[in-house]
Amino acid sequence: MKAHWWKALGIILVLYSIVMGFLGKVPALWVLHETIRNLYFHVTMWFAMMTLLTISLGYSIAYLRGFKREYDVIATEAANVAMMFGAVGIVTGMAWANFTWGEPWPNDPKLNGVAVGMIAYIAYFILRASIDEQSKRGRIAAVYNIFAYVMFMVFVNALPRMADDSMHPGQAGNPGFGGYDLDSGMRAVFYPAVIGWILMGVWLVNVRKRMRELEFKFLQNELD
Amino acid sequence: MLYKRFLALVLSVFASAIAMAQDAAADKPQMADAFRADGKIYVVVTVLSLVFVGLAVYLVMIDRKISKLEKQAGIKK
Repeated sequence: MKAHWWKALGIILVLYSIVMGFLGKVPALWVLHETIRNLYFHVTMWFAMMTLLTISLGYSIAYLRGFKREYDVIATEAANVAMMFGAVGIVTGMAWANFTWGEPWPNDPKLNGVAVGMIAYIAYFILRASIDEQSKRGRIAAVYNIFAYVMFMVFVNALPRMADDSMHPGQAGNPGFGGYDLDSGMRAVFYPAVIGWILMGVWLVNVRKRMRELEFKFLQNELD
Repeated sequence: MLYKRFLALVLSVFASAIAMAQDAAADKPQMADAFRADGKIYVVVTVLSLVFVGLAVYLVMIDRKISKLEKQAGIKK
């Protein structure tokens, strides 16, 4: 009996964040008004994405120690699902920015950093697709994945923090989370939402990985 | 003459008090309090919850389908 409880937990936590995200009390803030609730839906996408990228990195490193094919599949699919969350994060962020900052793509270091970081991962998929031989592809892609991860984190989490013109919280000497701008009522929704979306992401990776294994098995049988 | 001045003073005090009251009201960020008080927001919450539950159920079905295929392929018994 395989444990499915964490999948149910993911659904329950996200559902909780949808209900409490609309009905819960939020502080009245200038510029943001009710859109502060987007924190539960937009920011959680990035938290889920970065968690999945970290999982991808972990499996790439694990692959390099022993070259177990399964680890390569998990690393790829984790990066794949992470890109999906990133795409949703960008689109939701553009919608939010349009109504609060006045334009969908203000020249904000965080936005430009994310664009560069995601291109680094697109290069990862192109690199994979261009190598036919499986073990060679796995090795080169795993090494590149370490690079891509470092680049992403530098462009998204380090450089915008040093720039002094970013509007995102946690930049230019602003405290991020844990500072004054997230009250306890919002924390009670935000953190469960983050965990819920991470679990949903891991579930998607799990499904995609098993699909790949089936495909592999199918192709193997065809060759035999 | 005097009472006219007095009236003007009283009126101006009232006017400024009303103006200040309006300023105070305008001084708070606008929030959708009425929308929540009227209960209409529950409709939105219900719709969004149904959308998410629908997608979740779909994912459960995909998960089960893959489990079935895994059994057939002999990956898992």
